[in-house]
Amino acid sequence: MNCEELAKCGRTGSFTLWEHLSVTLVAMTTTTDQPIPGTLLFNGTEAMKGYALNKMCFSFNSRLNREAFLHDEDAYMSRFGLNAQQRAAIKSRNVLDLLAAGGNIYYLAKFAGIFHLGVQDIGAQQTGVTVDEFKAKLLAAGS
Amino acid sequence: MARVIGGIATTHVPSIGNALEKGLQSDPYWKPFFDAFPPLRRWLDLTKPDVAIVLYNDHGLNFFLDAMPTFAVGAAAEYRNEDEGWGIPTSPPFSGDPSLSWHLIDSLMRDEFDICSCQEMLVDHAFTIPMQLLWPEHAAMPRTIPISINTVQHPIPTPSRCYRFGQAIGRAIASYPEDLRVVVIGTGGLSHQLDGTRAGFINTSFDRMCLEKIVEAPEDLASYSTIDLIREAGAQGAELIMWLAMRGALTGTVRELHTTYHVPISNTAAGVLLLENAAQPVAAVR
Repeated sequence: MNCEELAKCGRTGSFTLWEHLSVTLVAMTTTTDQPIPGTLLFNGTEAMKGYALNKMCFSFNSRLNREAFLHDEDAYMSRFGLNAQQRAAIKSRNVLDLLAAGGNIYYLAKFAGIFHLGVQDIGAQQTGVTVDEFKAKLLAAGS
Repeated sequence: MARVIGGIATTHVPSIGNALEKGLQSDPYWKPFFDAFPPLRRWLDLTKPDVAIVLYNDHGLNFFLDAMPTFAVGAAAEYRNEDEGWGIPTSPPFSGDPSLSWHLIDSLMRDEFDICSCQEMLVDHAFTIPMQLLWPEHAAMPRTIPISINTVQHPIPTPSRCYRFGQAIGRAIASYPEDLRVVVIGTGGLSHQLDGTRAGFINTSFDRMCLEKIVEAPEDLASYSTIDLIREAGAQGAELIMWLAMRGALTGTVRELHTTYHVPISNTAAGVLLLENAAQPVAAVR
């Protein structure tokens, strides 16, 4: 999946799921546990929830493991015991879904790296804009 | 006696490594950032530190959630980096100073900082990129002690705790009998956020305030709660805690020799700072 496809997936993929997720994230980030809107602090609750997913992503530090994942995603996910939500999030390549499934951005970055996606690609996807629009917003912050 | 001759803080974004690899120092996008470093390198040429203590945050290369240390002090003869999952170039090993490492560990524990000692420790881009920016010739690098501070999993240490951790590092160095010149480097920041619907968040007014306060009134920054710091600086803007630890280690007369602030590189507001730590100036720069 290239950047454009990935951005499109974030913007126009399953819209119902997207709306549902947005509502969920807003709800999650307005509790006292998550006091900053739009920011999901990776605390103990998230660390427990996302352990299997993050352990798999941590394994992607190794090239051989990245190749094993690409060879057979389902078998690789089974090896780490991902739950249904985490499996779906991995399949969707959607970062907000992965965060909602307990993913930690530092380990998820290694998953994104498999598809040669950088932080600006995933920033664009999470905020529902194109990569060029995302970059323009950052440039505007400095001008 | 060992002595802290100065402190350096710099952003450590991974894409800097790619830009270095591709030789993009004069590219219009990158030039304002890379231009920060010649004055710092001139100062390092003049002052010739024997050891660099590098306060950074591991981004999931060495540490996983199975055991997440708050303060991890390297105690190895050498440190290696590795492909971090996205195929970044690896570099030759970095030389350590195990004797000073164990002195730091002993002193910090006596000072009631319960650290994790690491005789093996992979160092990631947050360590390697600042080293490469400051010493482009690998052979010219001083011995180094990497110290990783947890920013992966909350609760992370508070700004105040990190400032006091830095002060304890300063005391440890001052009590080391060998005659060494030590530079303390804090990496990360300034404002940025990678994850969530607030991704791309940058706060230039907060950053500029931090660049002023870190010199003359670091206690004001240390008084922020972790949540307030993240609210103002973004989720990864919490990396200011490495700057505070660096600043804490400067216990002498502190003078600002260089500051660069440039927005953006990648998703990040880039900050670079050089502080001299001396009763008398040891070198003129500018």
